[in-house]
Amino acid sequence: MTDETKAQLEEAIVNLIREFVNRKRFKPGDVVKEMEVKFSASDVTKDDVKSAIRELTDSGRLIYGYAGGSFLSLPE
Amino acid sequence: MGKKYETPLLDELKKGKWPSFVAEMERAAETSEMTGDLLGQVEQSYKEKMGHWKHGGMVGVKGYGSGIVGRFSDLPEKYPGVKEFHTVRINQPSGFFYKSDSLRKIVDIGEKHASSLFNFHGSTGDIQILGVKTSELETIFQQLVSFGFDLGGSGSALRTPSCCVGMARCEFANYDAMHICYNITQAFQDEMHRPIFNYKFKFKFSGCGNDCTASIARADMSIIGTWKDNIRIDQGMVKEYAKKMNLHKYVTSKCPTKCMNYSDTGLEIDDSNCSKCMHCINVMPKALRPGIKGGATILLGSKAPMVSGPRLSMVLVPFYDVAEDAKNGYQWFKDFVGKIWEFWDEYGVNRERIGELIQRVGIGNFLEAIGLEPLPEMVSSPRGNPFVLYEDYVEADEGQGESPQG
Ligand code: HEM
Ligand code: HEM
Ligand code: SF4
Ligand code: SF4
Repeated sequence: MTDETKAQLEEAIVNLIREFVNRKRFKPGDVVKEMEVKFSASDVTKDDVKSAIRELTDSGRLIYGYAGGSFLSLPE
Repeated sequence: MGKKYETPLLDELKKGKWPSFVAEMERAAETSEMTGDLLGQVEQSYKEKMGHWKHGGMVGVKGYGSGIVGRFSDLPEKYPGVKEFHTVRINQPSGFFYKSDSLRKIVDIGEKHASSLFNFHGSTGDIQILGVKTSELETIFQQLVSFGFDLGGSGSALRTPSCCVGMARCEFANYDAMHICYNITQAFQDEMHRPIFNYKFKFKFSGCGNDCTASIARADMSIIGTWKDNIRIDQGMVKEYAKKMNLHKYVTSKCPTKCMNYSDTGLEIDDSNCSKCMHCINVMPKALRPGIKGGATILLGSKAPMVSGPRLSMVLVPFYDVAEDAKNGYQWFKDFVGKIWEFWDEYGVNRERIGELIQRVGIGNFLEAIGLEPLPEMVSSPRGNPFVLYEDYVEADEGQGESPQG
């Protein structure tokens, strides 16, 4: 995966969460599945998406929440 | 600080000669306002027969999706001290061994930044610091990390793996439960701290069939010690036991597979029929010991009765040569677990435990997907169920893969 694809991937993940904020709780697993489809043309793997989520949560752009199951959200 | 609330119902729980959580909470309340309010709220719950905790929310430390269990009072005006009353899970060391110095440091944190109440240990195995405000979470986390501790698991993630005291303290241990537990914990840090599963997943390692971690009923994957060769018998000591107790009544007749016989010539065991239940060894530990070819049985699928009913784990791998795999950093075990998680990820739905998924799709499909052959040991009660249906969709000569199963 190129640095450019990686940046696009991270952007797409944050946008997905932002678009559905307060409407749908995305499990990290759902995000992986969505991104695999969205980026199927640029051979992004499951592990790429997982490490993108890791970077986004480490840097605080996304946070985890819990309501019966774990989900991703935007910081308040 | 005097008593803030009258708590007649809780007071009942201080009677009797055993330690009481109420007495401990009252002692903590002497210095912690939070715990004073906690007593008030719990008394109200007992009176109304209703809980007053709200769960979950956006509570955690930066970067981690687990390790903190969010709890809020639904009566925050009445009991402001428990408005936020979260739990911090700390990953316990294998076998729960601590230096007193480490314990003092953890306790200092709890007294300074939380309610002064702890749970040693939670049913997941972790140490739990109870009663933490959201604003204190990062501070506590940074302090724990500074002296070598880390958070445990919570949420839809791998839960803190746990094990019995195993070879450190117990002569019954058939493999080094503490070593594999530690190794697996280190290997799966991401799975533990960054929830990505459908639901929780627990490993529990017990060194023998006594199953001190109760893994058979509580772990999605139960790893329980067993042996391949014969029970070691010291006939001299058997005779000594026979002088003190009725061996027929307390030992041989209680053998679940009736594979023992005691007569003038000594104790005989038909080891091919022994199910390694540990009963006879527990009764006569000086005369009997597990065999020397130790390993573990890997079982899958147990859970408590939350979403659907309770389940016990079923046998997946009858004999796993733990010591052999240890030479290779438990690589076989890690790959095996990886295949199971992949299947769960692919076919499981939200809040579905692995055992429930297998029940839904059928054990045949599951075994085929992870590349295991059906074995007689997988039948939960072979002696009680003669009607076992075999289908021949599994190729007869399909190997067991690269597993070190014996
Ligand atoms: C006088 C009448 C009957 C007698 C004496 C009789 C006796 C038996 C016996 C001894 C067995 C074997 C039980 C075992 O394996 O433990 C059996 C099995 C069976 N019987 Fe009957 N039976 C009678 C009538 C019927 C009727 C009317 C039906 C069906 C409408 C029936 C259906 C079956 C079935 C399906 C099995 C197999 C049970 C299994 O596989 O677990 N039987 N019967
Ligand atoms: C049109 C009527 C029936 C059909 C089509 C039918 C069909 C079947 C089939 C296919 C099985 C085998 C299940 C398996 O092990 O794969 C079975 C088992 C059995 N049936 Fe029936 N059956 C009928 C009526 C009955 C009746 C009337 C009785 C009892 C009065 C009965 C009692 C049993 C028993 C006891 C078994 C054995 C279950 C076991 O494997 O333990 N069946 N039946
Ligand atoms: S499970 Fe067995 S080996 Fe482990 S502590 Fe208990 S009795 Fe000992
Ligand atoms: S371990 Fe259990 S099954 Fe084996 S001989 Fe002893 S009592 Fe019987």
